[in-house]
Amino acid sequence: MATTTGTLREVERSTPDAGSRVAFYVKRTVFVVLLLICTVIFLAPLVWLISASLKVRSEVFSFNFIPDPVAWENYVRVWNAAPLFTWLKNSVIVGVLAAGAVTLSSSLIAFGFSSFRFPGRNFLFGLVLATMMLPGAVTMIPVFLIWDRLGQINTLTPLWASNLFGSAFYIFLLRQFYLTLPRELYEAARVDGANYFQIWGRIAAPLPRTAMIVVFIFELKASWTDLVKPLIYLQNNALFTMPRGIKAILDQFGQGGEMQWEVVMAATVILTIPMIIIFFLGQRYFIEGLTTTGMKG
Amino acid sequence: MGTVEERDQLVESQRPTSEVARPRRGWAPFSSLAHSEKWAGYLFISPWAIGFLVFTAGPMLASLYLSFTEYDVLRPMEFIGWENYQELLEDTRLRQSLINSFYYTALHVPLATILALALAQLLAGVSGRMAHFFRTVFYVPSVTPGVAVGALFLWILNPHIGLLNRGLEALGIPGPGWTTDPVWIKPGIVIMSLWSLGGTVVIYYAALQNVPRSLYEASRIDGASSWQQFRHITLPMISGAIFFTLIVNTIASLQLFTEVYTMYFGQMRSGTASTAALFYVIYLFRQAFEFFNMGYASAMAWVLFVIIMILTAIQLRLSKRWVYYEGGN
Repeated sequence: MATTTGTLREVERSTPDAGSRVAFYVKRTVFVVLLLICTVIFLAPLVWLISASLKVRSEVFSFNFIPDPVAWENYVRVWNAAPLFTWLKNSVIVGVLAAGAVTLSSSLIAFGFSSFRFPGRNFLFGLVLATMMLPGAVTMIPVFLIWDRLGQINTLTPLWASNLFGSAFYIFLLRQFYLTLPRELYEAARVDGANYFQIWGRIAAPLPRTAMIVVFIFELKASWTDLVKPLIYLQNNALFTMPRGIKAILDQFGQGGEMQWEVVMAATVILTIPMIIIFFLGQRYFIEGLTTTGMKG
Repeated sequence: MGTVEERDQLVESQRPTSEVARPRRGWAPFSSLAHSEKWAGYLFISPWAIGFLVFTAGPMLASLYLSFTEYDVLRPMEFIGWENYQELLEDTRLRQSLINSFYYTALHVPLATILALALAQLLAGVSGRMAHFFRTVFYVPSVTPGVAVGALFLWILNPHIGLLNRGLEALGIPGPGWTTDPVWIKPGIVIMSLWSLGGTVVIYYAALQNVPRSLYEASRIDGASSWQQFRHITLPMISGAIFFTLIVNTIASLQLFTEVYTMYFGQMRSGTASTAALFYVIYLFRQAFEFFNMGYASAMAWVLFVIIMILTAIQLRLSKRWVYYEGGN
């Protein structure tokens, strides 16, 4: 694949004179130094967050990055002050249901849009794409009223159940994949007497493994970080997801004369770490999903 | 995976035979059973259709209707015609929130674009594995939950104890009241937002890698300078990606909520910030779910929708002048 990196190497190889080779290495070194400076800037807030979460109260405003003494008790305090385990559990339940639901339903729908011919298909797919433009605020209030009528306020249901109906961007992503599958793949199954649904279940759903993981991981992230829906639908402390809970902790400990930043920071670390772990495990899927997004636009 | 597929499709569509050809637009594998296939198609997309009616189209119409009513959930809905919209025109807080959101968008979008482009260029200038490492670093803030970003930056931006002003102090610059001074609250929020520009960097870097290097080699033989190469090769070749991020970032910026709500709203009461950081969607949220003015908030939502549509239409129109699409047009 053509890369600008390649360009530089190519240039380096094709120019024999030492001057341009020196220029090449100087440029590269400058770039690396600049990138290292940017790395410090980008990582400093996170490093500082973790460091502050381990400092004792009197030290928390100091400029030292290494906490001395190390105050693990901040984590104990925040764990005791708030039902963190319940919030984590809620977040995991909602996240897995939301991501699982949207992955399966979007796959089903994308398979429908890519593998069958039916009147109005292109128009309907245009509608799918159009919904991506719609600001959430436009549907937010009536959707709230629907869940209210169904008696689902103060339950976790509104946080994930609408994902059972697919999501535009993921439908688009998976459809792109299905359009590239060779027809022989399905025909073999047809000969074996499988019905359409079985073909989806056995072949179409498991095949785009990477794309399915991209969808799952993107939605898991969206769900894990969402504050809006929990704010709208959850009043009961025991039902909070992590972001809603951490907001409550910030409200409680982060203001007035009683600022306890070390506690707030410990809570923030607990909210952030799972996402960062997932990111490092599934990094290539994040990058792949994003790259696909950008390229299709 | 994206571009390769697209290119494959392009290649395929140029082949003359449809019998052996691999999938193209309009292609369907079960064409021998045309009749049942139609129903199967509808069946497979039915979850979307139901969801669309119940969670998108229905609510859109409902919120349009609501915008002409007064409704607080407890008392019955009352139709009041254009009153909400008239009220919007006179509401000084609404005007303030709109100005705040535009101010933020006008700063964030160009700055994020330029910075992300610079970072992507740096990534492209070093070799593969190292570039991947730095790309990871830049993307980590983007996976940090909005609430965590808000809480973290409330502290980083703190005028007295925050990391930013401590750093500025070390350089001999007295830092402003990023979280307390109404003039500096929004710039502070912009700084916070720039921390999470990793997604844009990833997109630009991927676009840069797809620029054919033969173009650079040819221009080098012609004696083009680095700047000329950037201006006349790089920029046009990645203008599609830039255009995409401009649209997406503009729409997202106008709807900024989580980080700022975390910092200054809810039970975090701050007199100054409640005006200076009152962004449009935050005001809308408060009207709907704190004051229960569902009708008024619905009118606000439709105004936002119209603004976003107009801005997107303008960007689409302008794009014809500067966005370069390979293969003509």
